[in-house]
Amino acid sequence: MTSAWIKSIPVAALALGGAAAYMHNNEAHARLPPTRQLKFPPSADFPDLTHHHNIMKNHLTPGVYAKLRDVVTPNGITLDQCIQTGVDNQGHPFIKIVGLVAGDEESYEVFKELFYPVIKERHNGYDPETQTHPIDLDASKIKGGQLDEKYVLSSRVRTGRAIRGIPHPPVCSRAERREVERVVTDALKGLPTELAGKYYSLTTMTDAEQEQLINDHFLFDKPVSPLLTSSGMARDWPDARGIFHNDKKNFLVWINEEDHSRIISMEQGGNMKSVFERFCRGINEVEKLIQAKGWEFQKSDNLGYILTCPSNVGNGLRCGVHVKLPKLSQDPRFNDILEKLRLQKRGTGGVDTAAVGGTFDISNLDRLGKSEVELVQQVIDGVSLLVDMEKKLEKKQSIQHLIPK
Amino acid sequence: MPNHNTARYTAEEEYPDLEKHANHMAHCLTKEIYKKMRAVQTPSGFTIDNAIQTGVDNPGHPFIMTVGCVAGDEESYETFADLFDPVIEARHNGYKKSDMHKTDIDPDHLKGGENLDPKYVLSSRVRTGRSIRGLCLPPHCSRAERRKVEQISCEALAKLDGELKGNYYSLKGMTDKQQDQLIEDHFLFDKPVSPLLLASGMARDWPDARGIWHNDKKNFLVWINEEDHLRVISMEKGGNMNAVFKRWCTGLQLVEKHMKESGYEYMWNPHLGYILTCPSNLGTGVRAGVHLKIPKLSQQPKFDEILKKLRLQKRGTGGVDTASTDGTFDISNADRLGFSEVELVQMVIDGVEFMIDLEKKLEKGESIEAEVDGLKQK
Repeated sequence: MTSAWIKSIPVAALALGGAAAYMHNNEAHARLPPTRQLKFPPSADFPDLTHHHNIMKNHLTPGVYAKLRDVVTPNGITLDQCIQTGVDNQGHPFIKIVGLVAGDEESYEVFKELFYPVIKERHNGYDPETQTHPIDLDASKIKGGQLDEKYVLSSRVRTGRAIRGIPHPPVCSRAERREVERVVTDALKGLPTELAGKYYSLTTMTDAEQEQLINDHFLFDKPVSPLLTSSGMARDWPDARGIFHNDKKNFLVWINEEDHSRIISMEQGGNMKSVFERFCRGINEVEKLIQAKGWEFQKSDNLGYILTCPSNVGNGLRCGVHVKLPKLSQDPRFNDILEKLRLQKRGTGGVDTAAVGGTFDISNLDRLGKSEVELVQQVIDGVSLLVDMEKKLEKKQSIQHLIPK
Repeated sequence: MPNHNTARYTAEEEYPDLEKHANHMAHCLTKEIYKKMRAVQTPSGFTIDNAIQTGVDNPGHPFIMTVGCVAGDEESYETFADLFDPVIEARHNGYKKSDMHKTDIDPDHLKGGENLDPKYVLSSRVRTGRSIRGLCLPPHCSRAERRKVEQISCEALAKLDGELKGNYYSLKGMTDKQQDQLIEDHFLFDKPVSPLLLASGMARDWPDARGIWHNDKKNFLVWINEEDHLRVISMEKGGNMNAVFKRWCTGLQLVEKHMKESGYEYMWNPHLGYILTCPSNLGTGVRAGVHLKIPKLSQQPKFDEILKKLRLQKRGTGGVDTASTDGTFDISNADRLGFSEVELVQMVIDGVEFMIDLEKKLEKGESIEAEVDGLKQK
């Protein structure tokens, strides 16, 4: 896996004379400058995680830390940079957060003694050492996918993509972030009619444009969650951040928020099949366009698409609906049913929010180990079942026979 | 940590967008200076991008002209002199590269200040910071270095006795009861929320190796690993600034003596005085101030002008980022560098006496015009 990225250095970088420095730093495990390294032994730097609850803590033993503290990736990224968010945020016994970010594509390999077990725990035992991740963006394979619009208010599919050769938002420099913006916006200019649109840079958008983006619920703002800010991803805000959307307002790309890019397809109502079709078309087009300029997405056989947070590797796919389930959500079996269907619930405000008025954001629980088509089908089938259950409860009928084993 | 891709991009491509920024760093960091500074780093690996991050992330502040850059270690001020020198000059009244700073912590040199009127002066306080030579500063230090600062400081403080004898309360290890008491005494500091501070990286690993030491009499207090290695504070209710300063001088000198016994010393040089994280605190790092009840004077149109002439600054009673709510202000010296500790505390004492006189006159409905017009710039 590690040799693949060497071939993808754009010609421009070589022309800048970057090749020499790049090749010099090509050792997978370069050492830190001596001053820092020799001052204190790794044990003196080992973080106090006694009261912490996150997946990083479960696997960062003093032994692992001692082995990896003085190692850097070819981009100069350290383990301390990757774990900072998990050290700074104690977490909660009931909510399982990862507590770790990848500073670059290589972090997953260079620090695999930590990343691999974290991935295994977060993704239901998926073993990056032995398993291969399936990718399938062929929307024609989807069966059904027209959900009942009396209950399903909106449908959405999102993922992220990272540009190979450039470190991730927690540690990238301003020039690197600007390069990501350039590469992605160049590609977006080449999209075909249905997907063609406009890019709004967070730095230069007018007040009127900002208003409109807020009304459309497209605008993302500087993150306030300490889980995100302590990783370093909000540095230099709003430099090189922006939003692209097509004229039809159902295909949207976020640039340099939590990942290099987040790609979103959405629409009101329950036509998940159409949402996914557009999603696949959009991603495949963007990939072709960046490849034409010599760039690639970060990807590997065992981890699929590489993103900042280990929870998003694989396909980084969150396929979900806003669905009205006032009766079912009050049923004590609700959480259990969701778990069996491999679904998760969130409030309609997003990841850290609670549901309002019985309307939930329901999406796939899994990312790694299943393809996009599989996961979208799972959501379609699962939500259909949830809606059936809601209807039965409305008629005061039993749902016991509908509950999956 | 340096990003090894620096060589792949030019300084122009990396230069921050400072168009909407109004802080000292933004005013001083030209493209040429940035280009030059980008090619170097301190021995501990601190870069110019590390130093300016807080200023890039925080374009400006409604109440204060912020500095917008921090030091990661003692060497930062040398390695990045091309930025820090003009910032220091702008922030400290034209202080030049060739200027020498004077230190004077002899309380016998202070005149008066024993009884500032407690009807107006609710409390008196003197604080400064100190850094331990050889260890990186809060924006950049590793966990091991921060823990070493805590260890060295606690060992020195443990040797204090008499009036200054006290105890250390680690933020990590304190009991709920101890925490409640510290909050009640207004001694507890918490993880900073100001984006000015967070963006510099000083809150990493909180609350590891952070803590509060205070004496049994609760009037001498040391913060460990907050915004600086040490913050040394002397305070009490009422207006005896003289006693507050005397205790502060004694405490500071004893702590330094004990540290030297263990082979450590403070960061200091003859040009910049005591080295601290923020360039605004160089020199003495002294903020001597009172909580002053001046509801009438503070409403006067010339209030800010008076403060300026007295070389004083106002803050809300919640501290640096806050506003006053009820006519009670935190009044302290505006300067840090270029004046000695004694000189600065004297300015506070004299200035506060002056303002109390004005407030009394306003209470009686008398004019203060003559006094204000006659006031000369200190």
